[in-house]
Amino acid sequence: MTDATIRLSVRTPRPGCSVIELIGEVTGASEAALSDAFDRASVPEVRAVVLDFGGLDYMNSSGIGLLVTLLVRANRNRQRMLAYGLSEHYRQIFELTRLDEAIAIHENEDAALAAAA
Amino acid sequence: MTSEPDKRDAAAWAQPVDRLQVTAAAPGGRNINVSGRRQTSPIQGFGRMWQKTYRVPLGGVEATPAQVIEVWKHHFPEFWPKGNSFFAPLAGIAPGEVAALDLSMPGGLKLSTGVLVLYADDESFTLMTPQGHMFAGWITFSAFAEEGVTHAQAQVLMRASDPMYELGMTFGGHGKEDKHWQHTLRSLAEHLGATGEVATTTVCVDRGRQWSRATNIWHNAGIRSGIYMTGAPIRLITRPFRRGG
Repeated sequence: MTDATIRLSVRTPRPGCSVIELIGEVTGASEAALSDAFDRASVPEVRAVVLDFGGLDYMNSSGIGLLVTLLVRANRNRQRMLAYGLSEHYRQIFELTRLDEAIAIHENEDAALAAAA
Repeated sequence: MTSEPDKRDAAAWAQPVDRLQVTAAAPGGRNINVSGRRQTSPIQGFGRMWQKTYRVPLGGVEATPAQVIEVWKHHFPEFWPKGNSFFAPLAGIAPGEVAALDLSMPGGLKLSTGVLVLYADDESFTLMTPQGHMFAGWITFSAFAEEGVTHAQAQVLMRASDPMYELGMTFGGHGKEDKHWQHTLRSLAEHLGATGEVATTTVCVDRGRQWSRATNIWHNAGIRSGIYMTGAPIRLITRPFRRGG
């Protein structure tokens, strides 16, 4: 339950907007790492948190649950959550789980940042 | 958008679906309040968001997590408390299958609803609820090894679907749900020959209620099941006159 196989990096490409890059697997074991990355990304001056799924290799249903809890935290902070880099497979999972109704999906980082502005 | 069609998890997820259809379910279920409904995540629910985790250690049992999940999938309905029925799909618990449920409610009401098998792999499976179910969200059943002992776990991530259910969950519904899954895990442990105690952890993920979702009550399966039960005598009388009856 604790073998996290995810690498996360956080950057701020423009003021008020953070990007969390996810590389590897999003599963229940990713909880601590994802939560820590979100804490770093979600500082008070940030209005939008963008998730970069370009390096996502694997995600199970517990991983989707973690994204829901991150979304709740973002909403609580009055921050928007956006995503890009999703393969067709993961885009379909977002639609199936109806996460796409709350996390706006974009083709690439430029589009996501433009939407976040 | 990148194109990577062969992800390792591809076979574990249900195929995209707009509305649910019960196709080949085990006989006996009323199969109402499921077909034509959309699946709902916690985002589409009304009430506070809860994450409830029920976990039992399977001490003394020589079973891998995959073996535990195989047993759990195969015997899933048998582990439920009496009065509640899970009409498993004939194809079993497999991604994309839809099962019908009849749940025992106060006052003798049988609440008919269902679930979509959202995800299923060797060590876990997840059931997602449709519109009208008591809660919007999903339940993940999993098994894992920790410190040399295999554990079984059920984890619910949910919001009550509408204000009526939220009231019901607040006044006894959460306790009833806890008992349901504690019983299920105890039954699984007993079936496997283990006698571990079920530990329950409840976390309120979001205390806010989503009032924009109050209209979910239109689909309330409890209300609709009640109407269906009330109409049973009329259906009985008119059955011979119906086409194909």
